[in-house]
Amino acid sequence: MRHVIIVDVEDHPGVLNRIASLFRKRAYNIESLAVGHSHRPGISRMTIVVAADHNEALQVVKQLDKLIEVVSITDVTEQRHVSREMALAKVAAPEMKRTEILQLANVYRAQVVDVSPGSIILEVTGDEDKIDSFVEIIRPYGILELTRTGEVAMVRGRAMPTPHVLVEEGPAA
Amino acid sequence: MKRTGAEIILDSLVAHGVHSVFGYPGGACLPLYDALYHYQDRLNHILVRHEQGAAFAADGYARASGDVGVCIATSGPGVTNLVTGIAGAHMDSVPVVALTGQVPRNLLGTDGFQETDATGVMLPITKHNWLVMNAEELPRVMEEAFHIANTGRKGPVQVDVPKDVFLEEVEFDGFPPPRIPGYNPDEGTQPDPTQVRAAAEVIYGSEKPIILAGHGIHYSDAYDELLAFAEKANIPVITTLHGVSSFPESHELSFGMVGMHGNLYANWAVDRADLLIALGMRFDDRVTGRLEDFATNARIIHVDIDPAEIGKNVATDVGIVADLKPTIRALTDEIERLDHTPWVKQICQWREDHPSLAIRETEIVLPQWVIRQIYHITNGEAIVVTDVGQAQMWAAQHFWYDRRNTFFSSGGLGAMGYAFPASIGVKYARPNEQVWCIIGDGGFQMTLQDLAVVREHDVDVKIAIINNNHLGMIRQWQTLFYESRFMSAKLENPDFVKLAEAYGIPGLRASTKSDVVKVLKEAEKIPGPVLMDLVVDEVEKVYPMVPAGSSLAETIEGDEVEEARYA
Ligand SMILES: Cc1ncc(C[n+]2csc(CCOP(=O)(O)OP(=O)(O)O)c2C)c(N)n1
Ligand SMILES: [Mg+2]
Repeated sequence: MRHVIIVDVEDHPGVLNRIASLFRKRAYNIESLAVGHSHRPGISRMTIVVAADHNEALQVVKQLDKLIEVVSITDVTEQRHVSREMALAKVAAPEMKRTEILQLANVYRAQVVDVSPGSIILEVTGDEDKIDSFVEIIRPYGILELTRTGEVAMVRGRAMPTPHVLVEEGPAA
Repeated sequence: MKRTGAEIILDSLVAHGVHSVFGYPGGACLPLYDALYHYQDRLNHILVRHEQGAAFAADGYARASGDVGVCIATSGPGVTNLVTGIAGAHMDSVPVVALTGQVPRNLLGTDGFQETDATGVMLPITKHNWLVMNAEELPRVMEEAFHIANTGRKGPVQVDVPKDVFLEEVEFDGFPPPRIPGYNPDEGTQPDPTQVRAAAEVIYGSEKPIILAGHGIHYSDAYDELLAFAEKANIPVITTLHGVSSFPESHELSFGMVGMHGNLYANWAVDRADLLIALGMRFDDRVTGRLEDFATNARIIHVDIDPAEIGKNVATDVGIVADLKPTIRALTDEIERLDHTPWVKQICQWREDHPSLAIRETEIVLPQWVIRQIYHITNGEAIVVTDVGQAQMWAAQHFWYDRRNTFFSSGGLGAMGYAFPASIGVKYARPNEQVWCIIGDGGFQMTLQDLAVVREHDVDVKIAIINNNHLGMIRQWQTLFYESRFMSAKLENPDFVKLAEAYGIPGLRASTKSDVVKVLKEAEKIPGPVLMDLVVDEVEKVYPMVPAGSSLAETIEGDEVEEARYA
């Protein structure tokens, strides 16, 4: 099954390399990985989606947690969380088809972000299912290019567990 | 105070109590060597003759001392030569700091002369590593390096330093305490009392418990605790290869080693146990045999410092992530005195019926017999450092280890060439003890260049080559599993005695039983390094054996060829 894992890492060069290396070495199946700055300076947040059974997912979490630069890690699969992905799709859109495509886009709350002669770029946001079905719906019109960000996730309600130790100024306790 | 990068590094070594480092210079780390020139009163640099030896020696030093081992190599080929040794330290969780030179910062990424992506190469085989781009970072990085290497589940780390960073002068005001937000090895070192109680309950419910003692006992210095626990709970103790010398083998509760070449009765005991108490071991495939059939009736209590080991290979009933020493102590306090006499007697009976460690009376020199003689002649007081192959297994089986932390071997990686340089490191760590390097004729030829080192520094290591003129373990597998099609198993060997003499070391040869005894006694008396070429039977196999893919229950004691030979 799919496991959604949120990882906070120190923002160092090579961190991504360590994570990728671990996945390769242990032959874990990565479905997507999205990374960007978090609300805390110096800490990036990753959302990693892996295909794994329960025990495997537990191992993924424990092995990732051993990486020195991993500050905190949570498998949120079983927790109430929201997850979103964004896709940009460049669709062939001759004059005569354009309205039809735009109507469909509207159903999915997709934004038109570029209109060029013969094609348009649509931006759609949602969970994986929504993106998948959107892609299937517009496929017959001719998808010229598709790019997806991979899933980002966040637990509902309370804040994520804080890291074991906060980086603070001043001498350590 | 103004200090150069190189000085900060060396100050850090001194501050951590390092007195001997093993290394090899090269362009990128010449500034470090230039600084070493001025630290000779505080730091003893041992010039190995190949960087692999530096890593192995640092590994041996670390295991034998309980401190961090340090090795140094230059960029490019220097670093790549370290790889095998560092990979071994990684597999066996040995605290080693590898200092490596790198091309100057302005050449990084340009495929400069002797540029290798050294942190990239080392990344999967170190606990952590750093490319230090500013000398200002060095106080923090060095502090973190020692901290990470020697805490939690220990392991090697690498500090890669561009040549000009060694030379860079910066303001230095001491080493900051390590603060790494994602690394808190201290948490979880004390066992959770509810889990200790749960473990005790499981122990109470068991009639046939076994303690499986691993490498962790050494690292946690939990010898006394293990002994007290085993005695109070009256539970037989069986060790992994790395657990050898964690529990006195002459103890009535000791049944030796488990696994591929474990004692038959030990393997049977593990197979039939209703409870395994696994202490600081990781259920490696060489221990478990075919995993699906491993200890199928046993509940499992697993204590390890590394949470990722719990449940990794076998499902556990009680998993405790903690330091062994306080955990075993807590367990001992928790339980009542127990009596498992019928179970202990049962295993003794198996041992009586199938004495795995009995050695046949023969004219010819059997390798196991040679090991037994080393045991007798050294009064069992030697530290044994083994290589990989048949001789390794015989050394684990037929020397009996009553003294703590006196057996060192390349276990997880199984790297031939380990023993000789490692024994040099061991000797530097424990100068007052006898160090015997027990090594095959094949393995010795992988790192024999360090004969120059033992001569130069008069390192008193007794090198016992168990010379079967073969890659014996290869021959054994080809005999058993490839219908005796011997391919690249025979060795055309040099004259080892002359080789020793060429290096200025006494060399002794024995090929009869009486000569073996004579040579061993003589070697023991000679102060300083000695090489012994102990010519043994070429076809003897290591038994007992769990053939690859078999279960512990299917341990075999010997084979027909063997039977016929001695009929
Ligand atoms: C570096 C390395 N290469 C290859 C092997 C595979 N291997 C394991 S045991 C062995 C034979 C060792 O021969 P020798 O050192 O003479 O010891 P013996 O088995 O004869 O006692 C080989 C080739 C290894 N473990 N390490
Ligand atoms: Mg051999």
